[in-house]
Amino acid sequence: MISPTAQPSTALLSPGPLTTGPIVSVQDLKKWYGPFHALKGIDLDVAVGETVVICGPSGSGKSTFIRCLNLLEDFQEGRVVIDGQPLTREPAAVAAIRRSVGMVFQQFNLFPHLTVLENLMLAPRLVHKTPEQEARATALAYLNRVHIGAQADKYPDQLSGGQQQRVAIARALCMRPRILLFDEPTSALDPEMVKEVLEVMGELAGDGITMLCVTHEMGFARRVADRVIFMDHGQIVEQGPPGQFFDAPQHPRAREFLSQILSH
Amino acid sequence: MYQDNVIRPRMTDSPAFLGGTAAVVFAAACLSGAGQSGLGGLLAPVVNSLSAPALRTVAVALTLALAFTANIHLIGKLPLRGQVIAVWTELLLLFLVFFDSFDLSYSFIGTKVGFMITQGVLTTVYVSAISIAFAFVFALLGSTAKLSGNGFAVAVASFYTSFFRGVPLLIQIYLIYLGIPQLGYVVDAIPAGVMALSLCYGAYMTEIFRAGIMSIPKGQWEASRALGLTPWHTLSRIILPQSMRLIIPPTGNQFIAMLKDSSLVSVIGVWELMFLARTQGRAEFRHLEMLITAAVLYWALSFVLERVQAHLEKRFNRAHR
Ligand SMILES: Nc1ncnc2c1ncn2[C@@H]1O[C@H](COP(=O)(O)OP(=O)(O)O)[C@@H](O)[C@H]1O
Ligand SMILES: [Mg+2]
Repeated sequence: MISPTAQPSTALLSPGPLTTGPIVSVQDLKKWYGPFHALKGIDLDVAVGETVVICGPSGSGKSTFIRCLNLLEDFQEGRVVIDGQPLTREPAAVAAIRRSVGMVFQQFNLFPHLTVLENLMLAPRLVHKTPEQEARATALAYLNRVHIGAQADKYPDQLSGGQQQRVAIARALCMRPRILLFDEPTSALDPEMVKEVLEVMGELAGDGITMLCVTHEMGFARRVADRVIFMDHGQIVEQGPPGQFFDAPQHPRAREFLSQILSH
Repeated sequence: MYQDNVIRPRMTDSPAFLGGTAAVVFAAACLSGAGQSGLGGLLAPVVNSLSAPALRTVAVALTLALAFTANIHLIGKLPLRGQVIAVWTELLLLFLVFFDSFDLSYSFIGTKVGFMITQGVLTTVYVSAISIAFAFVFALLGSTAKLSGNGFAVAVASFYTSFFRGVPLLIQIYLIYLGIPQLGYVVDAIPAGVMALSLCYGAYMTEIFRAGIMSIPKGQWEASRALGLTPWHTLSRIILPQSMRLIIPPTGNQFIAMLKDSSLVSVIGVWELMFLARTQGRAEFRHLEMLITAAVLYWALSFVLERVQAHLEKRFNRAHR
């Protein structure tokens, strides 16, 4: 668990609107890349604090789907509402959504010309106009929460992959998002570093932040997820609590996928 | 290049290569009638006794071929650094011999060189420095405009680069110097020259900047967007600082090139190095002296700038890992 000494200033849940409904609501989301139909009508509601793991074969549209949620990809049809804010392509709506949604990428995408601390402080300073002292304190607090407080003044290239990915998580957290999106956060890591990143993610889930994780780490999914979603060919084919999904998958393609991924 | 660890036999030790080289030099010397040339004169004590001109030529060509071949054979035995120094020294000496054969008046150069430096070099350097600074700004604007999604910006920027890259700099200088007064504004020679140089080099550097910006991985844009940064902040805080590492080295090259192209503004009467080189020797018909002095000064300037650039490049690479 996250250390109980965490200061109030680093509370993960900013006081958002008191919605009782889902924090993420997706209805009939459709996307085409030119003639290629990448998402064929996705419906998904995610409750506040829920941890959803999305899995499925390569090319099934997992990345495309979560990248639509903060408009890194646009979509042609459907309705997305995040934290009460309908997602349109209008600047104010996009800005609002990107403020409440954080994202962690497979390739970390840290800013190589900035130190770790600068990576963490930049967006709060520029976007939230947080005073420097406060931004620094918050950044250091989050670095400690991902267990790399000692690396604050290094440059990203001086860190291991696992450390870089934890910096990326801390960078997203510094913006106090209500929802965190992960796109295969451990796929670019050497095997011995996967664990440290998954541990941090597990701690976050325990803290009650809403998470959507695309990952093939089935152990993590079983332990941490509230719900597992299986995608194939741009559709959600099956979903359910991890116990049910792993022990008794209903759909033949889900069964095939699981047998492949668990058999090595 | 990335050297392999294999040790290959040195070409300069191979008899076939040395023989071939000697044969080529010999043939070239014979065909160009080396016996009649200045070289023949140098070898005069030895070859004068040979009365037939053909024989003289053969003797001179033979000497030349042997000397040249022995030279490369010997230098080939040095380590790389030694080779570089030896060859540089020899080429420099050849240069000096070549210049010396012009029968230059060094005292005339001595009386003028001070002015050439305080007036000419100074003007050249400051015109170039101001121009490169403006060019930098034009390139920044041009490249961001070209990459923007704004049709007007794209059109204006591509028109700008097309014109200023497509028209000779000399014509641009005249057009600006003679054309702007037609609009009712009087421009001095130096501002006109600076304007032409910076517009022209800004157009070239637009392409350098554009390549620098495009070389930044998509992930950097996406991370910035996901964090909610505005397009302006993304560009100014994330993309451009990273592109600078790629932009600085070629910008140094452009500066050195501009230093020499600034000689073109002499045509509108700016008292820079080239202008002085053309005018100072006129009265006493000492054109060659002044041109050679200017050549040496330009060369020295570029040499210094190359060092500075190498140093900057190193520093930029260190600060930016
Ligand atoms: N920019 C793009 N242009 C065209 N096709 C794309 C693009 N990005 C993804 N695709 C296609 O969309 C499908 C889904 O891709 P993606 O969402 O990356 O899959 P996943 O993350 O599940 O592996 C793939 O078939 C992929 O080839
Ligand atoms: Mg993917």
